Amino acid sequence: MATKITIDPLVRVEGHLKVECVIDGGEVKEADCSGPMFRGFERLLLGRDPLDAQQIAMRVCGVCPMVHGTAAALALDEALGINTSVPDNGRIVRNLLLASNFLQSHILHFYHLAALDYVDCTKVAGYDGADPGLQSVRAFIDRGELGPFMPRYEGDYRLPAEVDRAAVAHYVQALQMRRKAHEMLAIWGGKMPHTAALVPGGVTEQVTTSKIADFLWRLNEVRGFIDNVLLPDALAIGGAYNDYFAIGKGCGAFLSYGGFDLESGEGDLTKRKRFFARGTATATPALPGTLDISKIREDVKQAHYADATTGLHPTQGETEPDMSKGHTWLKAPRYDGKAHEVGPLARAVVGYLNGHAPTQQLAGSVLSTLHIQPEDMISTMGRHVARALEAKMVADTMASWLLELKPGEPAATPFVMPDEATGTGIVEGPRGALLHHIGIQGGKISRYQLVVPTTWNCSPKDDAGRPGPVEQALIGTKVSDPENPLEVVRIVRSFDPCLACAVHVVNVRRGTVARLRIA
Amino acid sequence: MPGKSAPQEYPAIWLQGAGCSGCSVSVLNAVSPSIANVLLDEVVPGKHVNLRFHPTIMAASGALAVDILLGAAKDKLPHLLVLEGSVPTAISKIGGAGPDGKELDFAELFAKLAKKALAVVALGDCATSGGIPASGPNLAGCQSARTFMAAQGIKTPLINVPGCPPHPDWFLHTVASVLLYGLPDASQLDADLRPLALFGGLIHEHCPRRADFDAGKFAAAFGEPGCLYELGCKGPFTYADCPSRQFNGGVNWCIKAGSPCHGCAETEFPNLGPGLYRKMPADGLPRIEAAGDSLQPVMPGPYASASCCCGTKPEGA
Repeated sequence: MATKITIDPLVRVEGHLKVECVIDGGEVKEADCSGPMFRGFERLLLGRDPLDAQQIAMRVCGVCPMVHGTAAALALDEALGINTSVPDNGRIVRNLLLASNFLQSHILHFYHLAALDYVDCTKVAGYDGADPGLQSVRAFIDRGELGPFMPRYEGDYRLPAEVDRAAVAHYVQALQMRRKAHEMLAIWGGKMPHTAALVPGGVTEQVTTSKIADFLWRLNEVRGFIDNVLLPDALAIGGAYNDYFAIGKGCGAFLSYGGFDLESGEGDLTKRKRFFARGTATATPALPGTLDISKIREDVKQAHYADATTGLHPTQGETEPDMSKGHTWLKAPRYDGKAHEVGPLARAVVGYLNGHAPTQQLAGSVLSTLHIQPEDMISTMGRHVARALEAKMVADTMASWLLELKPGEPAATPFVMPDEATGTGIVEGPRGALLHHIGIQGGKISRYQLVVPTTWNCSPKDDAGRPGPVEQALIGTKVSDPENPLEVVRIVRSFDPCLACAVHVVNVRRGTVARLRIA
Repeated sequence: MPGKSAPQEYPAIWLQGAGCSGCSVSVLNAVSPSIANVLLDEVVPGKHVNLRFHPTIMAASGALAVDILLGAAKDKLPHLLVLEGSVPTAISKIGGAGPDGKELDFAELFAKLAKKALAVVALGDCATSGGIPASGPNLAGCQSARTFMAAQGIKTPLINVPGCPPHPDWFLHTVASVLLYGLPDASQLDADLRPLALFGGLIHEHCPRRADFDAGKFAAAFGEPGCLYELGCKGPFTYADCPSRQFNGGVNWCIKAGSPCHGCAETEFPNLGPGLYRKMPADGLPRIEAAGDSLQPVMPGPYASASCCCGTKPEGA
């Protein structure tokens, strides 16, 4: 029977996104991603003072402003000719700012955005134990007004009651932990979201011993939570829902720009030593590749942008709205002509295949626990496990960066604003590879282009009709109950989209399309 | 709890228009009350805010979510409506599908809910003044709650809580005030409809670097000690309690971290002055004249001519 079902909005993601799927015989045959909300950042930066770029660009996203600020600051470092002179203190504080938001973002995504798809919070009803968080939840359930945790899609919630209860207690605890990660960030950044202290040339905040000590002990608390709560919960959910290691596999091609600068003197971001591995990778055959950012193009035939602007490299990119065509405000980035997944799983695959020691050690430890093979990680549940492992890897490394800081030494380098210049910043954020490109003419911003992680992952079809990573992950998925399409929302959320998603599921046969409202 | 009467429920609907979700993330950073207190507990004794719709944290997707919104528009019990993000009026289709299968229109939805609301709290600069999305060519026709509601003739009481992002206390203390003492009267809000209790003081008057300003010690580059006026600080033009409240549990705030204030609590943000890091013209430096001759700062170089308190013509005016 022909059915079109609509899931819209798909919540617990950031921003606005719409996905349409064609279902036939209980299986997703086609999928289309769209971004319906237009704010026009690239246009509103034009004509502004270049110094404003990192502040305005952070406002692209309140969940991951730090990485937008970082990419803009890296682009400005190059444009201002100071990309080899950012002091070590500035480089390290930038790393700590971004890393703190990695911890915040990964904790938030696992517990507050994704967990409600797997954890049954109603199991806390009747709780008579001593955990104050669970007592609060129980009193909340007793009052009978369950917003925002109900209603929800019903169906396959399969954790044992005690695991559900523990996960709900951890949901409450995780609210505090993600807050503490932002407090860590604000020690250096002034405030978060939308950190004031990040500037071209470094940071405005000064390095002091008290800030180092304050930061260290907040970090230790968050690190303890990641080791003792987040990672065990990710493995417990991964074990219970282990069929999700077989679905939502995606496009099988991965991209990472590398992230967290480990040296100050190298100006070329494709050569600068970084903590995260830089490169590309394919799943079948399992092969690493070398990153060459000249191979990036953005197609716009499916989008509300003028066709004449299709197929451009981001340094030449244009943002020319044309509402008469297309179904989305997302362009379709392609690397070497192919869709590439970005994010924690992409970094794990690129790292694993490129011999990145911390990734290989951590991956080895969980594969045996979960009784899965490396290729099973390329999946819906693999993305969650990769994200939890990455939180641990970053948290474990931050203390060593912190101890490299030198109190009293400068954290920024001075600069002179040029009349004409260009700069490109590439960096990894919580959700994946991010590129900012700035052009300056007459001392003002003359061009600004962003290629953001969710544009890679939630990309529409390219000009050749090839689907993006989320679209490919959805295709072939069996949907057991179209009225409660848990499989679809679980797959989409595993990518941690930075958009408020709307998922349309369409079932077509013999040309008939009917629309069924999901109640 | 036994022996206790049921608390009064205050249904709340939180809409996200053209924005970045940063206000939501900031409110998650609340310390006292914590966000768990707000969601789960009686946030003030006997009263519980029932957050029925919030796109970033709610469980319901799709039509389940749309039904909550459409239900709230018909509900007898008036809800508190929180608007985060501006109202897009030119490109306002946001997907979603009502029972008629038609795509939802954000502006129509906001208007419908605002008419029925007990009060609208516009949270963050996009909602209070248009903010970033309205700052450039504004192709989506983004409007503040105030502009949009006035154009639609919607008379529901409106409270503006600005900031990019707002401090979580600014929002939660505004809500607590409504729950405890009812809607604010006109004397409790300023001309921009901001609660005076939170936005009544000038940052410049409480700034830890004020002594440097008065002594004429100015930072010339990022990271230097001294007043940040030459680096574009908007503190002399911005009304908010940042210096005493500080952000993220009180660990820091912009000026303390060496950054000039960007004026994000003011309606002009991000266009207050010639650039976020460009020196403000000194004409109209508020309250400096009023401070009298005894507080005249000693100004070095170009700033001396820019000072309005010595009666000379401000630079760039």
